[in-house]
Amino acid sequence: MASIVLKNLVKSYGKTEVLHQVSGEFSDGEFIVIVGPSGCGKSTLLRMIAGLESVTSGEISIGDKVVNELEPADRDIAMVFQNYALYPHMTVRENMAYGLKIRKIPKAEIARRVEEAADILEIGDYLDRRPRQLSGGQRQRVAMGRAIVRNPQVFLFDEPLSNLDAKLRVQMRLEIRKLQRRLDVTSIYVTHDQVEAMTLGDRLMVLNGGFVEQFGTPIELYDRPASVFVAGFIGSPAMNLLTVTGGHSVVQFDNETKLSVKAPISGQITLGIRPEHLIEDAKGEFIIEAEMFEQLGANTLVHGRLQNSKTQIVASLPGHVSKEPGTEMRFSADKNLLHFFDVKTGKRLDG
Amino acid sequence: MVENRPILNVMTHLVLMLGVAIVALPIWITFVAATHEEARMLQAPIPLLPGAYFWDNFKETFFGSGLSGSQSAPVWRMLLNSMAMAMMIACGKIAISLISAFAIVYFKFPFRMGFFWMIFITLMLPVEVRILPTFEVVADLGLLNSYWGLSIPLIASATATFMFRQVFLTIPDEMLESARIDGAKPLQFFWDILIPLSRTNIAALFVILFIYGWNQYLWPLLITTDSDMTTIVMSIKQMLEAAEQSPKWNIIMMTALLAMLPPVFVVVGMQKLFVKGLTETDK
Amino acid sequence: MLKRVHFNSSILPYLLVAPQIIITLVFFIWPASQAVYQSFLIEDAFGLSSEFVWFENFEYLFADELYHASFVRTLFFSAAVAFLSMSFALVLAGFADRVVRGATTYRTMLIWPYAVAPVLAGALWVFMFNPTLGIFPYFFEFFGYDWNHYLNGGQAMALVVMAAAWKQVAYNFLFYLAAMQSIPRSIIEAGAIDGARPIRRFWTLIFPLVSPTTFFLLVINAVYAFFDTFGIIHAVTQGGPANSTTILVYKVFNDGFVGLDLGGSAAQSVILMFLVIVMTFIQFRYIENKVEY
Repeated sequence: MASIVLKNLVKSYGKTEVLHQVSGEFSDGEFIVIVGPSGCGKSTLLRMIAGLESVTSGEISIGDKVVNELEPADRDIAMVFQNYALYPHMTVRENMAYGLKIRKIPKAEIARRVEEAADILEIGDYLDRRPRQLSGGQRQRVAMGRAIVRNPQVFLFDEPLSNLDAKLRVQMRLEIRKLQRRLDVTSIYVTHDQVEAMTLGDRLMVLNGGFVEQFGTPIELYDRPASVFVAGFIGSPAMNLLTVTGGHSVVQFDNETKLSVKAPISGQITLGIRPEHLIEDAKGEFIIEAEMFEQLGANTLVHGRLQNSKTQIVASLPGHVSKEPGTEMRFSADKNLLHFFDVKTGKRLDG
Repeated sequence: MVENRPILNVMTHLVLMLGVAIVALPIWITFVAATHEEARMLQAPIPLLPGAYFWDNFKETFFGSGLSGSQSAPVWRMLLNSMAMAMMIACGKIAISLISAFAIVYFKFPFRMGFFWMIFITLMLPVEVRILPTFEVVADLGLLNSYWGLSIPLIASATATFMFRQVFLTIPDEMLESARIDGAKPLQFFWDILIPLSRTNIAALFVILFIYGWNQYLWPLLITTDSDMTTIVMSIKQMLEAAEQSPKWNIIMMTALLAMLPPVFVVVGMQKLFVKGLTETDK
Repeated sequence: MLKRVHFNSSILPYLLVAPQIIITLVFFIWPASQAVYQSFLIEDAFGLSSEFVWFENFEYLFADELYHASFVRTLFFSAAVAFLSMSFALVLAGFADRVVRGATTYRTMLIWPYAVAPVLAGALWVFMFNPTLGIFPYFFEFFGYDWNHYLNGGQAMALVVMAAAWKQVAYNFLFYLAAMQSIPRSIIEAGAIDGARPIRRFWTLIFPLVSPTTFFLLVINAVYAFFDTFGIIHAVTQGGPANSTTILVYKVFNDGFVGLDLGGSAAQSVILMFLVIVMTFIQFRYIENKVEY
């Protein structure tokens, strides 16, 4: 168990810089999720922490030690890979014992740890089987077992649930979370799935194109996204992002719609409003021509166009709502739930 | 790559380069030997760096008739023989195997499996195991000392047939079905659809078979007594024997180089196809 | 085996398989059966009369010390060539597998001996080891070691083993490299995180995982050493000195064509045929099923 500190990490391949000045501090026992779209650099970051990729510049510290120069074996970490990376020619027991044998841990101790981990993960029945005889979920647990027996300072997870079917994924998600709470080991978990990120992480680091967009708790990211990217990434369906003109006390859309709210700056500005924050209101400012209704059961997504404008808007209404396409509907929104972003930089603007 | 320690990388490259050097050593020495004049090649130690006589040796070798004391044809003639033999074997094998595989995979007829096993048996009968009787057969058919005699006994082995059978089995059934709907007869299907789809496999196999054909030794040795029909690979041995009397090592090594170059070019120049051919046929 | 969708023509398939079947019958099956038949005969040197003697030729062979010696020698030769060329290839492949860029270049530079005919390989090596002119004997002299493979049987065997192994390294290297490159990188990385250093990773992870290839190459190398090395022996030592490099396939040739012992040579052919059948059987039965991951 240890804290982790990333200081101004930069990673370049030749002349191409893929990670730019990534920094963050993870406390002991925290479950940190690094999330972002494909190619944002999250796996690269994880692998740098593991020691599988070199650091171009910056510092990584585990515990209080700078580990840049240390080999993976010496960093006291354990990793769960996306495709589990179990040793195909060894039994489950041998897979879990491998790392311990290398460190010359006495046989009795190895056996004890393996049994204990097998108990926690409920894989005691498979200890003498080979990986190819196990299902995806079982292999996943063996991979975690291999990580647990090492009693490492840090757990690293590289998209471990991506290869499982949806139902299993939800189930395993909870198990991983419970396991981590129980073992209280600092964990870093990489995923591209924002739902997984929101449900697992104590804090989330959102990466985009090698930059840290935001680092905070799930609720922070939801309530106060630091940029257009985070706003659109967290929350499903995505936040409506509309280009408007801000004035003194009024915000103007590209049709007659006006909102009496003060924009942080005047001029062109991006306004964000989440679909679930649009409320049906006979006196609402948003007059929308509904085009399509997506019935989800618990709620309905209304896709429509702002009247006399090209702006598309999505609203999420509770329960079943169904009308003819072309019906006019009116919505309003709580002024406190509006978000403003700079049109050019995409960064959040607070009024 | 894990553990990017510089010293490990240096060692890796060192070891690999050492391996390459060891593998290349015999060829290097041969090349060097082929570039010196005769007299120099009779002093021990033989040189390790090339000399200036490459073209002289080449001319003498190519147009000359080997060494006195060896009964081989002029080198250019032998190269021709080798080329003819290699091409006939490679093309012959491919052609025969293609149609056999086509018949076995795509037709239902009595004795189909019988024929299949007969072809399979040939895998277990390399020429070394049946040399005498095969020689007799070839002699009885009057095929000694001919291009046909050199190639035909070698073109019916099973590896090519098996490979094509494998390829054909992986072609979707829908191909044949839609061809049938289009009204194609079997041979049209074969020519217009199967062959184009098998192009890379044919090319890969050609590389392997060309090398196989070019490098044939025992068989040509047995059935050619006419010096005009000697292949260049055969001639090396004869030159070695003749070396007892007139050791013109520079010429011998130049001949060896010429004997080696076509297959080596093919392997290096068509490396991808070559590798594919190897890995596909030895399944 | 048969495509679900197929033709039902009557005469066309027969025409298509005819070339291969005819050649197979004429040049493979007929001669093979002749060899079997001849192995039961003793002919006089002029081929005028022959006598059917059942298994006498075989009995003679099994009792013949020369044949025993040749058999054992071939086994030794085969093992030496396989071991040498496979270990060398394994090491080279192991290192080549670590190289990120340039693996293909090394591969190109290591595979071309495959294209060299065995007899040529023999010629090259005999040139390098020529007692008077070769660079190796010259080198050995500095250490006081006398090299003359024309006189020393052990040296002759060493020479042909080296020549044969040298040629096969290319082939083995290719297959080993391909096998290693198909091991998922994450398994190696997991090993590294578990604490295994490169050498331990190689022996506990990589080597076991390429064991199907090892098995496969063993058979291929054995077949190669038994049959394809005729050219090397013929070029380098002609079976000598004093039969010290006469392997089985060379003996068949020598006894048959040179010694004109047709019955004996045929019997040897039959035994060789039997060996090939066994080896081919092993190859297809046990090795065709690759290990699943």
